[in-house]
Amino acid sequence: MLLARGHADAPVTGDDLDGAIAAIWRIESPRLIATLSRLSRDVARAEDLAQDAFVAALSQWPDEGIPHNPGAWLMTTAKRRAIDQIRRNETLNRLILGSSVGDLSEPDFAESYEEIDDDMLRLMFVACHPIVSKEAHVALTLKLVGGLTSAEIARAFLVPEGTIAQRIVRAKRTLSDAGVPFDVPSGSDRLQRLASILETIYLIFNEGYAATAGDDVLRPELVEDALRLGRMLAALMPQEREVLGLVALMEIQASRMRARVGPAGEPILLLDQDRSRWNRLLIGRGLNALARAQELGAALGPYGLQAAIAACHARAGTAEQTDWSRIAALYDALAQLTPTPVVELNRAVAVGMAFGPRAGLEIVDPLMREPSLQKYHLLPAVRADLLFKLGLFEEAKVEFERAASMARNSRDQTLLLARAQRCHSELGGEAP
Amino acid sequence: MRFVVLVKASKESEGGILPSAELLNEMGKFNEQLVKDGVMLAGEGLKPSSEGKRLRFDGGRTTIIDGPFAETKELVAGFWIVQGKSKEEVVERFTHAPFANGETIEIRPIYELEDFGDNVTPEIAQRQQRLEEQMK
Repeated sequence: MLLARGHADAPVTGDDLDGAIAAIWRIESPRLIATLSRLSRDVARAEDLAQDAFVAALSQWPDEGIPHNPGAWLMTTAKRRAIDQIRRNETLNRLILGSSVGDLSEPDFAESYEEIDDDMLRLMFVACHPIVSKEAHVALTLKLVGGLTSAEIARAFLVPEGTIAQRIVRAKRTLSDAGVPFDVPSGSDRLQRLASILETIYLIFNEGYAATAGDDVLRPELVEDALRLGRMLAALMPQEREVLGLVALMEIQASRMRARVGPAGEPILLLDQDRSRWNRLLIGRGLNALARAQELGAALGPYGLQAAIAACHARAGTAEQTDWSRIAALYDALAQLTPTPVVELNRAVAVGMAFGPRAGLEIVDPLMREPSLQKYHLLPAVRADLLFKLGLFEEAKVEFERAASMARNSRDQTLLLARAQRCHSELGGEAP
Repeated sequence: MRFVVLVKASKESEGGILPSAELLNEMGKFNEQLVKDGVMLAGEGLKPSSEGKRLRFDGGRTTIIDGPFAETKELVAGFWIVQGKSKEEVVERFTHAPFANGETIEIRPIYELEDFGDNVTPEIAQRQQRLEEQMK
């Protein structure tokens, strides 16, 4: 059907209007909330003001048509309300306290593009403020910065809508009560706070890329939301190495989405994936972001290094062409920055591929005493694989079986038991 | 979801007339907003069809045809690839595209993994099998 826009004599009604308004909310609400947060110094109030402006739109647009620039219309409407509110409070203060709270010149509303950018960045920092939980960071970021509704967030995370709505309300109240300033932190605080934003975005990404809940291995919507948020942040902070590193990592990982799941919904390991199904556009975008991160000079951070590792895989035409010694070197660097047992285990795999199974085992064996990996089935699985390559089938079989007993998902279990069975056949045993 | 936004050709684009500095500037601003919103994946302008070729496949025979091609309005002069959570969102964004002289743009959703459902299973299964055989 025809739908004219920008003409007051062509009102839009019904489903088309609902669809358009939902779309306008998604596009415009983050900028509205960001600007209003600066003016009202309170994210919760800003969101209320933005919602009020939309309510006004819902009552006016059906008759008057959607304005040519809906964002500007909403901003003007919301700001008018903000000023009214500020004035009302001022009057109230004067009446009750008999004094003025001070000079209340009208805020400068003619903000420039740069100012909106600054506000968006402030909004990201506030949404990931350490005073609220990581779960709240995720919900606030998707809602305020990503323009999602509570219902959409709830659907993505497979929790009841009420849970998300409550989490958001509580988080906003905590922010208000603490009087968290609406600004971009400086000094040493800045890096730590930025790390929290990056962590939040990567959490959203991973929930979509390696779903921990539900039957689906992938939830592409969350992957796209995380990519969108990451790219937004990269546009706001083009000089931050780790922001570009995270974007590069997510773009390259997302490029493998189509190849990551088999016909029966089972996950397919990186080296077994059909590389012709990798998305070249996303790989190109990822390599580009990584190159920009590297051009910024100083050494790569943890996200940048993981992106560089992902890039090695992306550049290899076949699994056999993988530059394992480069990957091993990158894991060395990563282990220096984030010396966690899981990174160490990944390093063992890379070293094993680059310099032979014995070199890999030298890294794996000390990890066997690592308390945090006691229930991690990939540890015995990796060890078993290295033993298998050394021809130590008896020991490999024991490790594969142990890994299978620890695996939580039945698909992993089946795979590991099959490998144990292969050790059995190599030992001269009969196949069952 | 991802979408291709096709810009249909016009007499000007087919004539190889480059956009004015003013339009380029407007387009730059429009694209910048798409980048800032994290939704722009790619975007390019195409040279006129006089510089293009067509390949037609007919029962094992391939015919190569030189441009230009006649049906101007059906030709493509440029494209964006963007991501969006709904078609409405993309429509809303592109109502603000800096066009004003009778240009037409067409928004087309790209097939995503979830669109295939079970249909693609045999194909994937086959590929998978081939792959596994190669690796043996």
